[in-house]
Amino acid sequence: MQTAAPAFDRVFAALADATRRDIVRRAIDGEEGVAELADHYPMSFAAVQKHVAVLERAGLITKQRIGRRKVVRTHVEGLRAAQRLLDRYEQLWRGRISRMTDLITDTKERKK
Amino acid sequence: MTVTAVEKNADDLTMSLTAEFDASPERVWQLWADPRQLERWWGPPTYPATVTSHDLRPGGRIDYHMTGPEGDQVHGYWLVDEADPPRSVVFRDGFANDDGTPNPDLPDTTGRVRIEGIGEGRTRMSIESVFPSAEAMEQLIAMGMEDGLTQAVSQIDAILAEERVRS
Repeated sequence: MQTAAPAFDRVFAALADATRRDIVRRAIDGEEGVAELADHYPMSFAAVQKHVAVLERAGLITKQRIGRRKVVRTHVEGLRAAQRLLDRYEQLWRGRISRMTDLITDTKERKK
Repeated sequence: MTVTAVEKNADDLTMSLTAEFDASPERVWQLWADPRQLERWWGPPTYPATVTSHDLRPGGRIDYHMTGPEGDQVHGYWLVDEADPPRSVVFRDGFANDDGTPNPDLPDTTGRVRIEGIGEGRTRMSIESVFPSAEAMEQLIAMGMEDGLTQAVSQIDAILAEERVRS
């Protein structure tokens, strides 16, 4: 299965909605179709179908055929890619904080 | 490690980080207010920063460049929105052309810094970074921000070695 690298704006926009985040969580098991997913939410089948379409375009879920059924499955790699971006920014700041700590230690040592 | 909490919010494109230091708020403030100290921690090890002008007051501006291993330079600036020593700073961090004028093609981020004493001579500092868009975040990270990160450890070693020489 070939999935294009996710476009990050789309990924973050898709994840900005609580229902869609919940769909992504449920679809990790990948056992339910759109109709079964729709039963979990107080909204129309069409509304859930729309959310699923947004997630699919963002590369966060895929629809897979199992026998005669089509199940919705989370594309974990798409989710990870979004998280990785923030992780790398975190590392940048962690680097800065450890240099700050060193500087503070440095001045203390010199005063001794 | 001194970093006590990190919260990343993919929905509103923010990252908040909290750290604690064994120092007074005034000492932590100096890390921002003294250009010589600022340039020792701002740039990643492969791109050390040089601060060329520094006015950490509301409406003030800070200019800097970072020099890479090939002698290549990345110019940047901060526009200071708020500065309340030794408690808080809010600034926009943008990229500049070689002559110091803002480069609008590259995204800027907003940084909100809070510094507070928590007793026993310790200080908590929190930083919230806000990205204008996910694309901007991707672009910033793609520009080699991560480049020096893996070498952060060697930077620490270098400072420690320097300390040993001095003492």
